[in-house]
Amino acid sequence: MAKHAIQLDVNGTVQRAEVDSRLLLVHFIRESLRLTGTHIGCDTSHCGACTVLLDGKPVKSCTVLAVQADGAKLRTVEGLEENGQLHPVQQGFWEKHGLQCGYCTPGMMMTACALLERNPHPSELEIREAISGNLCRCTGYVNIVKAIQYAAEKHR
Amino acid sequence: MIPAAFDYHCPKTLGEAVTLLVQYGDAAKVMSGGQSLLPLLKLRLASPEHVIDIGKIPGLAYLREEGNVLKIGGCTSEAELEASDLIRTRYPLLHDTTRVIADPLVRNRATVGGNLAHGDPANDHPATMIALRAQIVATGPRGERVIPATQFFRSLFTTALAADEILTEIRIPMPPPRSGGAYVKLERKVGDYATAAAAAQVSLTPAGAIELVGLALTNAGPTPIHASAAEQHLTGKTPTAAVIAEAAKLAASATQPSADRRGDVDYKREMARVHAARALQRAIERAGGR
Repeated sequence: MAKHAIQLDVNGTVQRAEVDSRLLLVHFIRESLRLTGTHIGCDTSHCGACTVLLDGKPVKSCTVLAVQADGAKLRTVEGLEENGQLHPVQQGFWEKHGLQCGYCTPGMMMTACALLERNPHPSELEIREAISGNLCRCTGYVNIVKAIQYAAEKHR
Repeated sequence: MIPAAFDYHCPKTLGEAVTLLVQYGDAAKVMSGGQSLLPLLKLRLASPEHVIDIGKIPGLAYLREEGNVLKIGGCTSEAELEASDLIRTRYPLLHDTTRVIADPLVRNRATVGGNLAHGDPANDHPATMIALRAQIVATGPRGERVIPATQFFRSLFTTALAADEILTEIRIPMPPPRSGGAYVKLERKVGDYATAAAAAQVSLTPAGAIELVGLALTNAGPTPIHASAAEQHLTGKTPTAAVIAEAAKLAASATQPSADRRGDVDYKREMARVHAARALQRAIERAGGR
């Protein structure tokens, strides 16, 4: 089984690697790049804890092969903070208590970032639809929605 | 969960992809967005030796009306379908359907062609395409052939595609004036397969009678259920509440649901009846009828 040479932009840094065909993107992110902010939750593409932005779109990285990300721009939760300044979405989760156990948080925040980039002023319904593929088992959705609304206000 | 080892191939052209399929035959699986295939590989319900990724072949993702036909490229993502103004305004049945497939994250990678070629009766597009009388284009070593959606789904996870063919396009006849469609799905939560779902497409005569109708049901048997007896009952009639109720009953009696965590057989058949009626009602409203 041949290895594949891949090259991708991860949070602004070019990364090169040799990967097996079957290596999942989430394992590449966590184990090869050691970026453990991206979580593995259900591993069955239901929960969204592993959400990352692939060419700007939120996807479940447990259901993408690393080799499929060849040539792509990948953004993980580690790429949100800039120059020591938390991203407005991170500030929102902080200010509005958008997390309890924190497990779903990285995926929620990546989905929220993509939403706000596409639609800077979403309604509550649009926020709830956007995060409908991200599960919070603490069921803290009310504060997650408030956190995203806070970030949208900041963006204004 | 880690898939069994396989060799990944990323052809740059459709011709290259077909050549690989001819070479590897049954040992290969075609992957488009991977949102159905990768979960299967991870659960090791399938372990092909070769995975042929058609997702990076340029020119397989598009939505356009040409002549009297809407053409959807096989690798068009559900997210593209959902965001399209053309689809939202002129093909409400497709718009309804794409919005209830899996969840928004999955829809960023999932493709319309993959949803059909997978052959899963629980997928949502098969019923939609039967109701719309879509034609499915398969490309293989002998060129293209066109398969009506009504003949595409053969048995559980089996379609009319040959081992060396790739689903490259879906062609949908442009609906005449006074047409409408709707997809109505009962699901336990976002991302779940349907407990019951129905796709309806109708065209009305100027007097308000049903001129053309397509009706099909999701996850109600080993293949999507084409409710042809219900269609025959509706054709030519004014869609009164009694006519719709009788059609929904006929549709439900064509189902062969199996019991699972979503419900027992009787419940699912009853939900199929209720949702067939709702889909018909909404389609007729959208067509400008009552």
